[in-house]
Amino acid sequence: MSGLLLIEQVLNGLQSGVMLFLMAAGLTLVFGVMGLINLAHGSLYMVGAFAAAAVAAATGSFLLALIAALAAAAAAGALIELLVIRRLYARDHLDQVLATFALILILSEGTRWLFGSFPLYLDVPSWLSGPVSLGPIQYPLYRLAIIVVGLAVAGGLGLLIARTRLGIRIRAGEADREMIAALGVDISKLYTMVFALGAALAGLAGALVGAIQSVQVGMGEPVLILAFVVIVIGGIGSIKGAFIGALLVGLTDTLGGVLLPQAFGLFMEPSAATTVGASLASMAIYILMAGVLIWRPSGLFGARA
Amino acid sequence: MSRESLINLLILLAMLVVPAWAVWADEPFILTLATKVAILALAGVGLNVALGLGGLVSFGHAAFFGIGGYAMGILASHAQSYTALMEWPVLIEGTKSMPVIWLVAVVASGFAALLIGALSLRTSGVYFIMITLAFGQMLYYFAISWPAYGGEDGLSIYVRNGFPGLHTLDPLQFLALSYGVLFAVLFLVSRVENSAFGLALDAARQNSDRVQAVGIAPYRLRLIAFVLSGMITGLAGALYADLNRFVSPTMFSWHLSGEIMVFVILGGVARLFGPVAGAALFIGMEHFLGGISEFWQVFLGLVLLSVVLFARGGLIGVLAPKGARHD
Repeated sequence: MSGLLLIEQVLNGLQSGVMLFLMAAGLTLVFGVMGLINLAHGSLYMVGAFAAAAVAAATGSFLLALIAALAAAAAAGALIELLVIRRLYARDHLDQVLATFALILILSEGTRWLFGSFPLYLDVPSWLSGPVSLGPIQYPLYRLAIIVVGLAVAGGLGLLIARTRLGIRIRAGEADREMIAALGVDISKLYTMVFALGAALAGLAGALVGAIQSVQVGMGEPVLILAFVVIVIGGIGSIKGAFIGALLVGLTDTLGGVLLPQAFGLFMEPSAATTVGASLASMAIYILMAGVLIWRPSGLFGARA
Repeated sequence: MSRESLINLLILLAMLVVPAWAVWADEPFILTLATKVAILALAGVGLNVALGLGGLVSFGHAAFFGIGGYAMGILASHAQSYTALMEWPVLIEGTKSMPVIWLVAVVASGFAALLIGALSLRTSGVYFIMITLAFGQMLYYFAISWPAYGGEDGLSIYVRNGFPGLHTLDPLQFLALSYGVLFAVLFLVSRVENSAFGLALDAARQNSDRVQAVGIAPYRLRLIAFVLSGMITGLAGALYADLNRFVSPTMFSWHLSGEIMVFVILGGVARLFGPVAGAALFIGMEHFLGGISEFWQVFLGLVLLSVVLFARGGLIGVLAPKGARHD
């Protein structure tokens, strides 16, 4: 295998990793601050993608579509938090799993109702299409832009958590929620904001990825499961863990699909090697997760179980 | 008689009246629906051993359901094509006999539960939910990408497997067989609940430290419960595959794990007949709401949401609230 192809696959892995981070950041914040496990996070990703596709079809502007995705997902997140989620904070994880499972059914079928069963298409804008030369290799400009945007958002989120007043409150909420309520912070407003922030990040990821893949009902579910794997590997509640976990999962998933069949090809017949390699590659991230959890039962950067 | 026993008796009665009515009204489809309820309830009874009794929120029980299903699919497909499953070192042939298939399904899913449980039980809380989910997904993707047994397309079995003395393709006889298995397992689970093991497990769920202080290892109790739970769900998977005469990777999907969990919670966690009531309600809603609207899942979601938010303890929990004796 050539080194150039390997570099290209590493970039692809990086791209899927940063998008996973946008999903995982919201999940891990919501879990860290509110102690809530939210299965419906993938539906917010879908809401963002549909909003972007609808606005792009109406106005033709990709930037407007991205803004619409952020706004629609944040609004949907805030609404869900106010109506349903805030009744679940005091419940056990079992109730949270079931209620957010019900939300998936409602949001997915509701979207099908509104937009129909056929996938929508969100086109890459002309100023971002086409390849770009990175030294010896050609790489799609749009995917490179996604990596840059993802890294920028990750950096911004890190600054938000570390430097701003909202970030201080979020961290305080993770540490001791009774105490910051006693210090006069409006905790329910903080919760709604954190949930809407996580939803907006998921919506942005949905819109950005929607331009590469098709926009359809149920598109959030595979990503949701991957995002769960990410936050469990990174340690639930840790943004740094989510970032490292996302890159690990993105790279493992992408490189595993390319490298494993070839690795088995060294000592097996080609057809058998492809079969075994492909099967193992599809399980690779789950094996990675199981391995991490056996080694460190609360993830790489997790503080508590 | 306690209120819960009365409700259990009513559920039993309903389970007998509905098929009787279906035979009288000549509605064979209702018989198939009742069979589906019984088999999915069995999967829920399995999960309830881990979830209700052990307090282990497993989000990956589709793994065992799927293993049971594929045990049936693999054995029956070899018998169907008259090829041996394995020729070396020992000759293993496929089979079309249900008791043998059930035994293989139970042993295989029990073994898988032992492995998955031994690793997963090192964690707790959300991590346990997630790692069981990950194991389920691992098997799901394995089933999709392994081409020997149909891969993504699944396996079709043309004739339902046989059970000595029964004509299993007859809907009523297959229903009776499924009921028989369900009742036998319910009886077994009720005995386990009241055994020394069941009491210790219940105590470990409520206060693990105290159980440890009196010299019982909670990890072992939970592992045994998880294995028993996986075995029952695996048996249900084998029956479900026989009901449809088809197995596919969707038997491993996380949606199915979610649905099995819904059966348990809808009916009532840690209630003997909870999964039966839950599965009946779920399949009933699916059938009737599906007839009303194409988008019935919206209404299903709303019902589930109201149950979680307002009717805590599920159907049986609302009808027969538990006294101060528990929790």
